[in-house]
Amino acid sequence: MIGLSHYLLVSAALFGLGLFGLLTKRNLIAVLMSIELMLNSVNINLVAFSRYTAADASAGQVFSLFIIAVAAAEVAVGLALAYAIYRGRGTVSVDEIDWLKW
Amino acid sequence: MGDGLMHTLAFYFLAGITLAAATGVVFKRNLVHSAFLLSVTFLGVAGLYMTLEAEFLAAVQALVYSGAVAVLVVIGVMLTQRDDMSKSNPPNKMVVAGASAALAIVGVLVWAVVATPWKTGRGAVVSVADIGRRFLTDFAPPFEAVALLLLAAVIGAVVLFKGGKVQS
Repeated sequence: MIGLSHYLLVSAALFGLGLFGLLTKRNLIAVLMSIELMLNSVNINLVAFSRYTAADASAGQVFSLFIIAVAAAEVAVGLALAYAIYRGRGTVSVDEIDWLKW
Repeated sequence: MGDGLMHTLAFYFLAGITLAAATGVVFKRNLVHSAFLLSVTFLGVAGLYMTLEAEFLAAVQALVYSGAVAVLVVIGVMLTQRDDMSKSNPPNKMVVAGASAALAIVGVLVWAVVATPWKTGRGAVVSVADIGRRFLTDFAPPFEAVALLLLAAVIGAVVLFKGGKVQS
């Protein structure tokens, strides 16, 4: 019998994988991919809560749709930024994008 | 979908696909493989939405994530790689620290999920009409804000891609 906690555990694992990628990837595009994984895990949480609790059911799905829209905007602008940086510097390695390093 | 054996099997199958593909996204050294596995992850999550009876959300997930976002990521990979693809996605020097941080957060999350006495019940079945009604009543201001955000993102992406002078 699959319940709420099964979905929450899958979501936690997905979030952990995304966080690990975010912290350890050297390529800017790979960092963006990891952020997408984390956003997806949050969406699983919201939809699972809307399915398995008797509270306001459609609000969870509406929130997820907002997150999907924001994530699409984020990835479009993020990739455009990555390309702009690549054109200026010839690299997308986050180790070399360190102009703000003090 | 009911709570029977099919639901259990579908859940484990889709969760396995999702997590295996996500592991590939994070650990593959070839960025192109990561990008395609990302698409598989998104489809797995769409399947999980189906098991949660959120069919509309599954369709949106397949269209927006597996369609648009994955294609954008592949184009981004294509535009920004010069050298050998097989070494295009290396980890940095923070692997141990990153793994510790991720494991710590997952540990806290798992503890919270297991230790909390969830009051589960059966949420009402959500139809597409319900979602549309919510968008145009309670959530109308954020809905309009998202429209504005998407417009700004499109214009911003075009301006950034088109360039002009990038100071380096």
